[in-house]
Amino acid sequence: MKSLAELNAIREKAKSTMTVRDDNTELKRIVVGMATCGIAAGARPVLNEFVNEVARRKLDGVSVSQTGCIGMCQYEPIVEVFIPGEEKVTYVKMTADKVAKVVNDHIVNGNVVEEYTIGAIAK
Amino acid sequence: MYRAHVLVCGGTGCTSSNSLEIIKALEDSIAEAGLAEEIKVIKTGCFGLCAIGPIMIVYPEGCFYCGVKVEDVPEIVEEHLLKGRPVKRLIYKEDSSLNMAKSLNETDFYKKQHRIALRNCGVIDPENINEYIAMDGYQALAKCLTEMTPADVIKVVKDSGLRGRGGGGFPTGLKWEFTAKNQADQKYVVCNADEGDPGAFMDRSVLEGDPHAIIEAMTICGYATGATEGYIYVRAEYPIAVKRLEIAIGQAKELGLLGKNIFDSGFDFDLHIRLGAGAFVCGEETALMTSIEGNRGEPRPRPPYPAVKGLFGKPTTENNVETFANIPQILLHGAEQFASMGTERSKGTKVFALGGKIKNTGLVEIPMGTTLREVIEDIGGGIPGGKKFKAAQTGGPSGGCIPASLIDTPIDYDNLTAIGCMMGSGGLIVMDEDNCMVDIAKFFLDFTVDESCGKCSPCRIGTKRMMELLEKITSGNGTLEDIDKLEELAYYIKQNSLCGLGQTAPNPVLATLKFFRDEYIAHVVDKKCPAGVCKALLNYVIDPAKCKGCTKCARACPVGAISGTVKNPHTIDPSVCIKCGACMENCNFNAISKK
Repeated sequence: MKSLAELNAIREKAKSTMTVRDDNTELKRIVVGMATCGIAAGARPVLNEFVNEVARRKLDGVSVSQTGCIGMCQYEPIVEVFIPGEEKVTYVKMTADKVAKVVNDHIVNGNVVEEYTIGAIAK
Repeated sequence: MYRAHVLVCGGTGCTSSNSLEIIKALEDSIAEAGLAEEIKVIKTGCFGLCAIGPIMIVYPEGCFYCGVKVEDVPEIVEEHLLKGRPVKRLIYKEDSSLNMAKSLNETDFYKKQHRIALRNCGVIDPENINEYIAMDGYQALAKCLTEMTPADVIKVVKDSGLRGRGGGGFPTGLKWEFTAKNQADQKYVVCNADEGDPGAFMDRSVLEGDPHAIIEAMTICGYATGATEGYIYVRAEYPIAVKRLEIAIGQAKELGLLGKNIFDSGFDFDLHIRLGAGAFVCGEETALMTSIEGNRGEPRPRPPYPAVKGLFGKPTTENNVETFANIPQILLHGAEQFASMGTERSKGTKVFALGGKIKNTGLVEIPMGTTLREVIEDIGGGIPGGKKFKAAQTGGPSGGCIPASLIDTPIDYDNLTAIGCMMGSGGLIVMDEDNCMVDIAKFFLDFTVDESCGKCSPCRIGTKRMMELLEKITSGNGTLEDIDKLEELAYYIKQNSLCGLGQTAPNPVLATLKFFRDEYIAHVVDKKCPAGVCKALLNYVIDPAKCKGCTKCARACPVGAISGTVKNPHTIDPSVCIKCGACMENCNFNAISKK
């Protein structure tokens, strides 16, 4: 170890792999429905793509987790986004391809991707 | 990138209840479910709540599982990790009527704690240096070596008010300064990890959960005092701690955080581990150094103090594990922040190993000045079975006890000394109404009699004589003069012993005599043990009014001391009775009592 910069480089790299362990109540939460119906409809790749997209963009304060059956099996895979102080947004029939847009528009820039939401599909 | 981390406690407590098999089963089940790329299993150090281990935390939810068994693993993987449905029956609940899923930090056990020495225990993987670095590890060392002079470092440690956590409470900064002032061709840093008090496991948990903190702190100490070599003296009976230290030292050397020219500052530092065979006296600083030198672990007279003539005759700084564990945080965040916690003359926090008659057996770190009541009732969860709190023993065989009447005493060095107790290394054994204080004093004295190294006669012979007096008292043959003799002997042993072991050995007797003299008197005058512990002084009797003559006690008695016929009251023959208590446990009518 020759310099502080070298130490900090290791710190940043290691830190980014540990963000999942942050106890932060201000987190923006992305929750993927992962009951049998969700998994059968392809929720696993969606979940993994969210994890990777969040990591790629080095987003702080964002958690990706899974939950059980959300209850509308015909619309699986379902993803819910919770942003503190805002109403919950439910995305339905998600695919891995749609993930980048949700992260970019909604999580980063705060614009709900209306066309993927339950409101747009159920009409 | 893993979407979930599963942290499993790999401390000694949870390991002994199978946490390593749980980790293996988890890894297998995760691989079987095809989740190996998504979920990472991490073996951490002690979380502190040893009473309900093995402990597991699943992130990102922060779901806190307790009492996990190997058989539970497939369900956790299938339900929680795959389908996202936490296994509710395994979630820790303080009060079953309340909300089930509680985050760790919201529980009463953790809420009142303030973790500095234990900050990384149960949080990081102790066998991975990168996780320590991610938690700002080695930043303090970098700051010291690149921005501060050795005198600056000592000043910060002095200003922080940190005092030795091994029990003595000597100001750490002063200790460092003494060594720094002595000129020598070679100086040493020694870490005392010879934790010997019965019931104490603070140091073990720090070494198991955060070994790099000790390495970083010792290197900083080396820089501040002018030492280039360090020794960690740890008991061989702490195999997990030793293994993790070895791994940590190896990783630090690989990254150049130990070795030559650290941070390009020209400062070299190297560390060695020495294993102790488990003699209590080796926790005494001079005996410890004698043992490192390869000799029989016996103390030597002071002065000269280690700062002048220590290990191998060279100036040496010796600190306890917990003391070192505070150092990186103090240098990183400044003396003021550390000094803002605690009481006037005791700064920062103290780690206690809670044991005995308490619900949450485990490891807690509290700011100095927290009252004993908060520790026992709020953090410790109170005494099981609705029993009454009687006293708390601190400082192990060198300490004393705090009686129930002083439960609101704020815990710090000076308050405990003022009531004739001592902080000690951090063992805190809670006792309820069923504990006999004379018996407790005898237990600790028995320990020191065994552990006395024999070098000086006050300790070798004196403690033995005290032990004989206590045996006389608990067997019902004591007199009031014996109690006076006990006190007189205690005084001479304290004054004349060579090292800390003998100087403090009479403390448990003196403290119990001070607060529970009536119990001693009951033993010698009334020939009774009020708590019903001392076997020679108690008799089991059957109340003929309550006895239904079911014969259950007679069948349970291993020595046939109970006689009687069916449906008629039974009697116990005291000359045959061995006072095992089997009859009382078996009686369904509460007809048997201890008198």
